[in-house]
Amino acid sequence: MSLSIFFQNLINAISLGFLFALIAIGYTMVYGVLRLINFAHGDIFMMAAFFVFYTMTIFSLPWGIACLVAIVLTMLLGLSVERVAYRPLRNAPRISSLCSAIGVSFLLENFAVVVFGGRPKSFYCPEFFTKTFILGGVRVLGINFVTPLVSIVFLSLLSYLVYRTKNGLAMRAISKDFDTARLMGINIDRTISFTFMIGSGLAAVGAILWASRYPQIWPFMGVFPGWRAFTAAIIGGIGSIRGAMVGGFLVGFISIMLVAFLPELAGYKDAFIFIALILVLLFKPEGLFGEE
Amino acid sequence: MKGKKKDYLLLKIATIFLVILFLFIAQRSFDAYILRILNLSGIYVILGVSLNLINGFTGQFSLGHAGFMAIGAYASALLYMSPELKEVNYFIAPLIWPFSVIQVPFVFSLIFAGLLSAGVGFLVGAPCLRLKGDYLAIVTFGFSEIIRVLFNNLQSITNGPLGLKGLPTYTNLWWSWGIAIFTIWFIKNLVNSSYGRALKSIREDEVAAEAMGVNLFYHKVLSFVVGAFFAGIGGALLGSLLMTIDPNSFGFAMTFQIIIIVIVGGLGSIAGSVIVGILFAILMEVLRAVESPMNILGLKIPGIPGMRMLIFSILLMIVVLFFQQGLMGTREWSWEWLHHKLTRTKKELEEGS
Repeated sequence: MSLSIFFQNLINAISLGFLFALIAIGYTMVYGVLRLINFAHGDIFMMAAFFVFYTMTIFSLPWGIACLVAIVLTMLLGLSVERVAYRPLRNAPRISSLCSAIGVSFLLENFAVVVFGGRPKSFYCPEFFTKTFILGGVRVLGINFVTPLVSIVFLSLLSYLVYRTKNGLAMRAISKDFDTARLMGINIDRTISFTFMIGSGLAAVGAILWASRYPQIWPFMGVFPGWRAFTAAIIGGIGSIRGAMVGGFLVGFISIMLVAFLPELAGYKDAFIFIALILVLLFKPEGLFGEE
Repeated sequence: MKGKKKDYLLLKIATIFLVILFLFIAQRSFDAYILRILNLSGIYVILGVSLNLINGFTGQFSLGHAGFMAIGAYASALLYMSPELKEVNYFIAPLIWPFSVIQVPFVFSLIFAGLLSAGVGFLVGAPCLRLKGDYLAIVTFGFSEIIRVLFNNLQSITNGPLGLKGLPTYTNLWWSWGIAIFTIWFIKNLVNSSYGRALKSIREDEVAAEAMGVNLFYHKVLSFVVGAFFAGIGGALLGSLLMTIDPNSFGFAMTFQIIIIVIVGGLGSIAGSVIVGILFAILMEVLRAVESPMNILGLKIPGIPGMRMLIFSILLMIVVLFFQQGLMGTREWSWEWLHHKLTRTKKELEEGS
């Protein structure tokens, strides 16, 4: 294995890590405020890719505008999922909201199979994304420049939002103590809706980048990115934004480096990721950066 | 009191007789299509009732049922397939030694499937049952995915993604419904024993249960292992019924079907799981109509693939959001109830005439 191939894989892993971080933050933020694992997050991610596809084919909008429309639509989807499936069960036993989350996940997948069709569709992306650049012997795809840049922009926006604005303060207060936050006059419902919108918006950005990287979209495309991002969120410590980023990088590295360096074990890739998930949950359930 | 007990005994004997009579007639005279639905409903009953023991009675939400089914299906198939059939199936990499030569009767392979699955259930459950709620759900899901990935890759044991084909059909109504009735009987007795009361107390309040002297670890693992045992047997029966085993069919979609049965039937009601298990098998076939093209009054309606599962997902969401108790809640059918119904109608009929 030459050094240039190593760097090629490294750049791939970093870019993939950013993607997982973007998706993982959706899980982490929802868990922070609701103590609920949003099983439907991976499917909201999938819907975002289809929103781009259909706004482009039906309204023949240019790519950039289609992406913006899709991000807004996905935020609305996240909002309505919360309104319809999670809000009525907020005071019910935890098991009920878990069932509801699993149900929404399956509902979205099967809805996509029925409405969009089960066959993979090819996803349009700008030419720059698929171009190969050669920098000092290392071949780099355009998407590998775009993904880190876009992710850094959105992650900084997110940190500004969470740590510097009133809404962010409300979100952090709710994740510390739900009932006290309500007593302090924080509008719980509005803040939770806001959290879902932000999480879904980031999932939409992740989906666009993901679909430009692997340019085929189909109804179950969200399942594995979803679970890997979820694993990333758990490893980093669920509820922690910094943890989601670190976890995302770790999972990105495992996914790419395992295939690159131990190709005979590549088939077991998902098993390794799930074993990591189980081990972290068993021995360090608060993750690397989570709260005790 | 004694007279009543005698009545129940009569009722039990009559019911058992009727069931055996029905199975006998059905196995003899029904066509293959209906037999397949009946067999499937028996298997769904086994799976639903066993998952209900873990999720409903003990309150430990497991998403790993498909993993145990896969273990059962493969373990039994490796034992009941004839060596020649194995040779035909394993053409990429030969099957490893002990399995390549042995062949045992179906009943022993079923027992082995159940025991192996229960053993794995113990290995998974013992460390993982410390976790609660969502985390347990994730870990058990992770376990079933690991099983799926392993079975996809262990070419010389499971034949990898090719799966096993051309399996002999041993599953008939006697096996599927015989084991279904045994499962119902076993789990009903377990739930009504002191163990069952301990399990329910864990579901209601773990801390209080522990304070009352219930050994949490022991009882949780017990329910998990018993559930895994029957899931393994259910998977074995399913493999032999479908005559083929595909490692990817034991994914989350399979667990989801069983979850639908348990939740719609009512978490904590065996009767609910039985009714919905049977209905589910029937509906899966009846709703096939919406997926195939229809011709109504000259109007051609194209079939919509995937519609069945969409209908089931919507049904699940309606139950979860509006009827959280499910069909039966935690209510059960009992011999007393049946006896009461029967005698009451008789009296009313007499009064009426």
